[in-house]
Amino acid sequence: MIRFENVSKIYPRSSRPALDGVSVDIDRGEFVFVVGPSGSGKSTMLRLALREEAATEGTVLVAGHDLGTMPARQVPRLRREMGAVFQDFRLLPNKTVHENVAYALQVIGKPGHLIRQLVPETLETVGLEGKEKRFPHQLSGGEQQRVAIARAVVNRPQILLCDEPTGNLDQAISLDIVRLLDRINRTGTTIVMATHDHDIVNDLRRRVIQLDDGRVVRDEQEATYDDPAVEV
Amino acid sequence: MQARFLFSEVGSGLRRNVSMAISVVLVTMVSMFLLGLGLLAQRQADTMKGYWYDRIQVSIYLCTADSRSPNCENTAVTEAQKAAIERQLKALPEVKAVFYESEQEAFDRFKQQFRNSPIAGNVQVGDIPQSLRVQLNDPTKYQVVTQQFEGAPGVATVQDQEKVLSKFFTIIKWITVFAVALAALMAACAALLMATTIRQAAFIRRREIGIMRLVGASNWTIRMPFLTEMVIVSGLGVLLAVGLLVALTKYVFEEGVIQIALSQAFIGVSDVWILAPWMLLGVTVIAVVTSLVTLRRYLRV
Repeated sequence: MIRFENVSKIYPRSSRPALDGVSVDIDRGEFVFVVGPSGSGKSTMLRLALREEAATEGTVLVAGHDLGTMPARQVPRLRREMGAVFQDFRLLPNKTVHENVAYALQVIGKPGHLIRQLVPETLETVGLEGKEKRFPHQLSGGEQQRVAIARAVVNRPQILLCDEPTGNLDQAISLDIVRLLDRINRTGTTIVMATHDHDIVNDLRRRVIQLDDGRVVRDEQEATYDDPAVEV
Repeated sequence: MQARFLFSEVGSGLRRNVSMAISVVLVTMVSMFLLGLGLLAQRQADTMKGYWYDRIQVSIYLCTADSRSPNCENTAVTEAQKAAIERQLKALPEVKAVFYESEQEAFDRFKQQFRNSPIAGNVQVGDIPQSLRVQLNDPTKYQVVTQQFEGAPGVATVQDQEKVLSKFFTIIKWITVFAVALAALMAACAALLMATTIRQAAFIRRREIGIMRLVGASNWTIRMPFLTEMVIVSGLGVLLAVGLLVALTKYVFEEGVIQIALSQAFIGVSDVWILAPWMLLGVTVIAVVTSLVTLRRYLRV
């Protein structure tokens, strides 16, 4: 579903590569944690998969498309196959919960009857039924992130990319959010989640890709946050 | 994209950036008003040329007993002199026709032309001398007549209308040049202001743009609200300018100048209606091009 082949990324005006020869292969329906300290290249990986950035070297393949040769006008089509969730939620403050989720469908031209059907369904999935008319500032952090997740999955994407989605949330709420992501994963959506939250990773025991200084230092199934082979 | 969604986006965009929207309306209005003035002045000149060149004449005023012209030596023109002048005129190849106008006819015509003006009451028969009116094949060749008949026996003065009109046309030409140049400058201002407005609108809506790009909205979906806003706002400016021009031609020309002077020689509201669609088209093109150029850097995926 997502394949990085020997991918390097050097940002302009930076000598050190953010990613350095990364090769990973993520299959359809997988739930993958990308872990590592700040600046290890987690976000860069997700940005490359979303084609917000282009790789300096190597090949990035997403849902069968080679992003290196993809013309710019096809990028919107690619992004309709993907959802993305961020640490800062990125909700529109002047729109209600319902409008925020509906917006994602409106701007890609979905008809009104489909929006009226999909949005309540999705809000129910993320556990926000009854809060459709609230504005983001009337919600807790966990609820705001649920709105963002609803917006990311309302178009039934094949892939959901999450960049530290629990970074602004406390422990209990974070676990709720990750369990929600787990439920979404069980419906067949491939999930890649960048995090440095030990408890979440240890709780779910999924595949862990560990980055350090732009290199993959560990890629292990059903793993914990810390490499058991290394003495901490 | 659904039309209803587009218009709700346009509506919220205009509400959030209302002061800039108003400034674009006003600057577009002023620039299009000036352009309209320039083009109307040109049409006025053309209308007048068409009207006058058919009628333009060289008038040879004949001596009367109390004529002040030194050439007359205080004696009225004789029938023999009059016949001689008429014969010589008809012999010239440049001359198309010669009409004689008696003092009574001159008086009647003056009364008719200035019927709404108070000066008509002070004029009596005999104040305007009898004349020979010469129509030329080419009105610009008036010197031929002037040179030959100025100072001929029985001729008081030779007056050529082309000389007066050409001065008038030169003035109109300069008004046109000035107004169009000013309009071009104002149109440049309008385009720059549109660019600034779009930049500001894009900044105000940076969150929305970010989300649209993230969820895969097409470039046209992102552009359309901005584009539509600019077309609406600048179109409103053109409509206001057209309104001003209509008011100007209606009240100044149709109900003003024409009432006290000659009739068909002036422009009217219909001339504004001919210009209006072109102004609207021009401004729309400016708005669309400015929007697309300005938005390019916000759409890099």
